[in-house]
Amino acid sequence: MGRRVGISGNYAVAYAVKMADVDMIAAYPITPQTTIVEKLSEFVANGELDASYMNVESEHSAISACVGASLTGARVFTATSSQGLALMHEILFMASALRTPIVMANVNRALSAPLNIWNDHSDAMAQRDAGWIQLWVRSAQEAFDTTVEAFKIAEESRLPVMVNLDGFIVSHMYEPVELPDEEEVKKFIPSRPLENRISTKSAHAVGVVGPPEYYYEMKYQAIDAIEKSRVKIKEIDREFNSRFGKSYGEVEAYGMDGADAALIVMGSIFGSAKEVANSLREEGKKVGVISLRVFRPFPIQELRKAVEGIKAVGVVDRATTPGGVGNPLYNEIATALYDMPDRPAIQGFVAGLGGRDIRQDDFRLMYSATEKAAREGAGRCMYVGLRE
Amino acid sequence: MKCVKTTLKGWREIPEGGAITEPGSSVNFDVTAWRTSSPVIDQNKCTKCGMCFLYCPDSAIEIDEAGNYRVNLSYCKGCGICAKGCAPKAIMMVKEGH
Repeated sequence: MGRRVGISGNYAVAYAVKMADVDMIAAYPITPQTTIVEKLSEFVANGELDASYMNVESEHSAISACVGASLTGARVFTATSSQGLALMHEILFMASALRTPIVMANVNRALSAPLNIWNDHSDAMAQRDAGWIQLWVRSAQEAFDTTVEAFKIAEESRLPVMVNLDGFIVSHMYEPVELPDEEEVKKFIPSRPLENRISTKSAHAVGVVGPPEYYYEMKYQAIDAIEKSRVKIKEIDREFNSRFGKSYGEVEAYGMDGADAALIVMGSIFGSAKEVANSLREEGKKVGVISLRVFRPFPIQELRKAVEGIKAVGVVDRATTPGGVGNPLYNEIATALYDMPDRPAIQGFVAGLGGRDIRQDDFRLMYSATEKAAREGAGRCMYVGLRE
Repeated sequence: MKCVKTTLKGWREIPEGGAITEPGSSVNFDVTAWRTSSPVIDQNKCTKCGMCFLYCPDSAIEIDEAGNYRVNLSYCKGCGICAKGCAPKAIMMVKEGH
């Protein structure tokens, strides 16, 4: 039997990592991630988790250590935020191209400057082309469940997985979390040595030069792998459901029956968006909300299905692409829907940068601008909550 | 030794992550196209000191049955280290295509 505990989103991740029985953890502190590796150090020190705990001198080293350890077939974990993720940048591409199934929690935090420890999505969005699978959670329970799934997705796809949770809003919020039996988790993700890895038993070189004759093919392997991970993500979520009675899907649509307009969000603001949609429904407005749990690989078909029959969508970006056409999430969605027959109007919003609260009034404004887009077509991107 | 040029493998055949799973695979890699000039050994000047053999970073200098030093151009990238290190100046770097 499992148990119900009151823990933070960060602790939920740490519990999942412990139950995944990792072999190695590379730890470097950064707010708001720190309590994940702090809790893991406790587990290791108490003898509850038999893993090598590496204190490294930077995030660049943390992810490098993970790549090396993963190449030996070990199950590895690290966690970071913001500047830490940015410092990992060059190694992130190696982790995916070398096909290392690393699981990393990224506790989303704004990028400097100005220095800001609060939540937005600019850190993960800046790494969206690194070839990592990106999962986004909305609660402590999801942080636990998704981290467990992440190990299986990573190992079956042979790709690194980034589990994103909103800094403070999810990471430091204490919530009731159902923890399954450790044995059940171990059955779901049994530790197994990965083949084709470096060992003392066979000559094996990795990280070699890929001259023009080879680079393209090597790179394509990782592209093919992330495409194939679509099926695995679905299957693993289904298997998780049959074992633990919970399933999240790639895209979650809420209150979409007969809706004309819908907001598309990622991360913890799904809760507020639903709350406001409920109030608006009571006022007779036909609005709903769609949340993406998977950002890489981008769930094109699932998104198209979710927006079928909708006249307009409003995309809430919590990161920007300065000087670009739109912003990261908007651009993905606009591209995914471009050749869809009767595609909805797409209204872009930027909100909640650097931890700025997105209040109910802000959501009301975004819903009403999206309804307006349904009638008159979309306007330019709106910077919601920005003081003039 | 002659470099056996392998056919370039497609992305499905290359080991995962571009790993090299056999030792000594560089013997299959021909670097002829890298070179802009190649070393020419004047056997009359050569004292067979073996410095070129030792200096060559790609082991492109070989010794034939008669004990003469020869360049295996499949592995020579034309760096000229052999010519620099040759005390009797028996090695000349000659531009390719001349």
